[in-house]
Amino acid sequence: MMRPHICRRKMVAAEIGHLSLWVALAAALVLAIFPLIGVYRQVIGWQRYARPLAWLQWLALTLAILCLGYSFYINDFSLTYVANHSNSELPLGYRLSAIWGGHEGSLLLWAWMLGGWSALVGLFSRKVPLPMVVRVLSVMGMIAVGFLAFMLFTSNPFDRTLPWFVIDGADLNPLLQDPGLIIHPPMLYMGYVGFSVAFAFAVAGLMAGDLDPAWARWARPWTTVAWCFLTVGIALGSWWAYYELGWGGWWFWDPVENASLMPWLAGTALIHSLAVSEKRNLFRAWTVLLAIVAFSLSLLGTFLVRSGVLTSVHAFANDPSRGAFILVFLVVVAGGALTLFASRAGRLKGEGGFKMLSRESFLLGNNLLLLTATFVVLLGTLFPLLGEALDVKISIRSPYFNAFFVPLALALIVVMVPGMFSNWKRQAGHPLVRRLVWLAPVALVVGFFAARLPGDMPWVGTLAVMLALFLVFAHLDDIVRRALSYNRGLGAGLRKLGRAYYGMVLAHCGLAVLIAGVTVVSFHEVERDVRMAPGDSAEVGGYRFEFDTLSAYKGPNFDARRGHFLVSRDGEAVTEMNPEKRTYRAGGQVMTEAAIDGRLMRDLYVALGEPLGGDAWAVRIYYKPMVRWIWLAALIMALGGALALSDPRYRKKLGGTADAL
Amino acid sequence: MRCNARRPGQRGASLWIFLPLIAFVALAILLASGLGRDPELLPSALAGKPVPDFSLPSLVSERTLSNQDLTGRWQLLNVWATWCPTCHIEHPYLLELAARGVPIVGLNYKDEDPAARDYLAELGNPFTEVIVDKDGQLGLDLGVYGAPETFLINPQGEIVLRQVGDMNERVWQEKFAPVLEKAGQQNAETVP
Repeated sequence: MMRPHICRRKMVAAEIGHLSLWVALAAALVLAIFPLIGVYRQVIGWQRYARPLAWLQWLALTLAILCLGYSFYINDFSLTYVANHSNSELPLGYRLSAIWGGHEGSLLLWAWMLGGWSALVGLFSRKVPLPMVVRVLSVMGMIAVGFLAFMLFTSNPFDRTLPWFVIDGADLNPLLQDPGLIIHPPMLYMGYVGFSVAFAFAVAGLMAGDLDPAWARWARPWTTVAWCFLTVGIALGSWWAYYELGWGGWWFWDPVENASLMPWLAGTALIHSLAVSEKRNLFRAWTVLLAIVAFSLSLLGTFLVRSGVLTSVHAFANDPSRGAFILVFLVVVAGGALTLFASRAGRLKGEGGFKMLSRESFLLGNNLLLLTATFVVLLGTLFPLLGEALDVKISIRSPYFNAFFVPLALALIVVMVPGMFSNWKRQAGHPLVRRLVWLAPVALVVGFFAARLPGDMPWVGTLAVMLALFLVFAHLDDIVRRALSYNRGLGAGLRKLGRAYYGMVLAHCGLAVLIAGVTVVSFHEVERDVRMAPGDSAEVGGYRFEFDTLSAYKGPNFDARRGHFLVSRDGEAVTEMNPEKRTYRAGGQVMTEAAIDGRLMRDLYVALGEPLGGDAWAVRIYYKPMVRWIWLAALIMALGGALALSDPRYRKKLGGTADAL
Repeated sequence: MRCNARRPGQRGASLWIFLPLIAFVALAILLASGLGRDPELLPSALAGKPVPDFSLPSLVSERTLSNQDLTGRWQLLNVWATWCPTCHIEHPYLLELAARGVPIVGLNYKDEDPAARDYLAELGNPFTEVIVDKDGQLGLDLGVYGAPETFLINPQGEIVLRQVGDMNERVWQEKFAPVLEKAGQQNAETVP
């Protein structure tokens, strides 16, 4: 292989990037301290530096990430990071996405996003009093200091491999050479980092000693944005595991998956608790606590992935010294915030109360269920550590999680519906019961038959389908009632309902879709491993798969063999499928590229196993009914969040009247 | 009945606001203990101890394997499974080690035999023998966290080193090679 020619002058990009990181660290350090002193000394001039410093920090980080991208672009293999994650044969798109294909680069991405969120907070906080903005930006600056120091001292993406140089890079892990994986980490990080805004608002409020009643309204849109990104990020990860890992599973309860699920669960609780804080000025200490917990769990996720404390799918290269750094950082951030909380939360008195039967109570129930779920995941994830400490050896796998998650998810629906039907403050029992009394039997009956459409269903599955339908019916019922309550006819009423309300409805229906998808695919999927040679055919899930031909071709950085399958049902052609077996030239890894024919109601999945001699192959054929609903559900939820965000009331100075979460 | 909106404002109830901090401190201690007892190191309980007794079928032959198969020479015991993505990642490196003459015994952990055979046929077989640990009992006795894990076993069948997570050149050079070099100075015959 010829050594790619690189102009020496171009390699300077890495030095510029390295320098930019130091500039960003300096900006973050000043941002964390100087304007905050201005707040305590009440010097407006000092406080005014907060926004420009946040912008400077973001610009420096942008320059750094561009420089890293450029180093990948020119194949500057004198950088360790580039040499380890790229290769001159790698297509340009993957070379650029390799920016976050490894530890150092993903940290840079993290820091860049944190910088971006800080800059945005600076930009969109014109209506928030300056001292509050300064506190928020300072807290985010402190977090940035931690991350940038971590990067510069333990994991600098701009480290050179000198004095040894490599002729060509080691290639990006083939598992990660995939369009889904190009956007998965950025989405996930946007979510993780986004919770830092809610966290910063919470800590800023605690610093100030009291929370402005408008606090929740300022923090809410940021939290919703972060939650949307996290939702999409998790779904993309699941989707990637499904089609790229080649086993057709969609969730493995792997520590790293759990690490992203925990902040999501806590964040979902936070969104609902923020609603109560905004509408009723209640649950204030609780909301602050959730904001701290959601972000701390994001940091914990980073710790778990990077420390080597737990091993998992993603823990390719972990390092205890890095783990120690993140742990110290976690202790400073979360420990500091919780100490502040312990000393100040007593002052956060709620104003007014609420009755046992009220929307507040149901939302409290929702919060407790979501936090229980978070705790279940946390315990399951850390159990290997705990077990080691207590000398109990139990292997925790999916049965443990399922045993808790199924009832928790179903209980959540039971709380959601009456909660949505109830008024704030107090709800009369009789009307509530009357609304539920006709809905429940309808959902039971329709659910009973719907659950049997795809085939026999155990009672848990039937119950899940019933509850999912109950949730959807309840929302339809609610939409119509609310629209009619304007007394202007259904059409006009529907238009009057706010976007925030429709956003909530969508997000909740997303949960129903998720439950339906998970239930059906869990109970009705068919997985077959069959021996097939060209000309053979197999029958799976009512479909006939005919192995037509086998061919070979060359990809940009791999060699592949490709099978051609004809799929038919009841004699009618349905589709053609081309599963591949790839051998990557740089590392010699063999990858299975499954062929997937996805429809709304079912996925067909064909993967080439291994050659069995002659023309015969072991072929994996799966029939996965409604598996797509799982990812669709995540998109619906995220769309709901986005719709709620677009509600004009977040852009008004005073809260609107839309009665929605 | 009237619910109180938030308890922290009330006397006597202020204790709950310390709970999150206390819980977090406990968590941090747990995590720190995890770091201190870095899983890449061998838990002291097993250092120098023989591999726990076992008698399990082989994946690739008709034999029944036991501790006998782990004695007589320096070899690696690699815990793997088809459900473990990191095993896919480290597999080429295992092949490379095997090609260099390092004997590796596989421990197929909580897996299905046909899938495991497919996997080896597909990716190549670096193992001299593969122990089938279907219910994970041997793995449990070894204190396996998950796959992959790799143990270095001396000719007496005792565990000398443990690597949690993927094997790679760095790990080999930093951890395994020094031990083998030292052993090689004493007795060159059993060292690869």
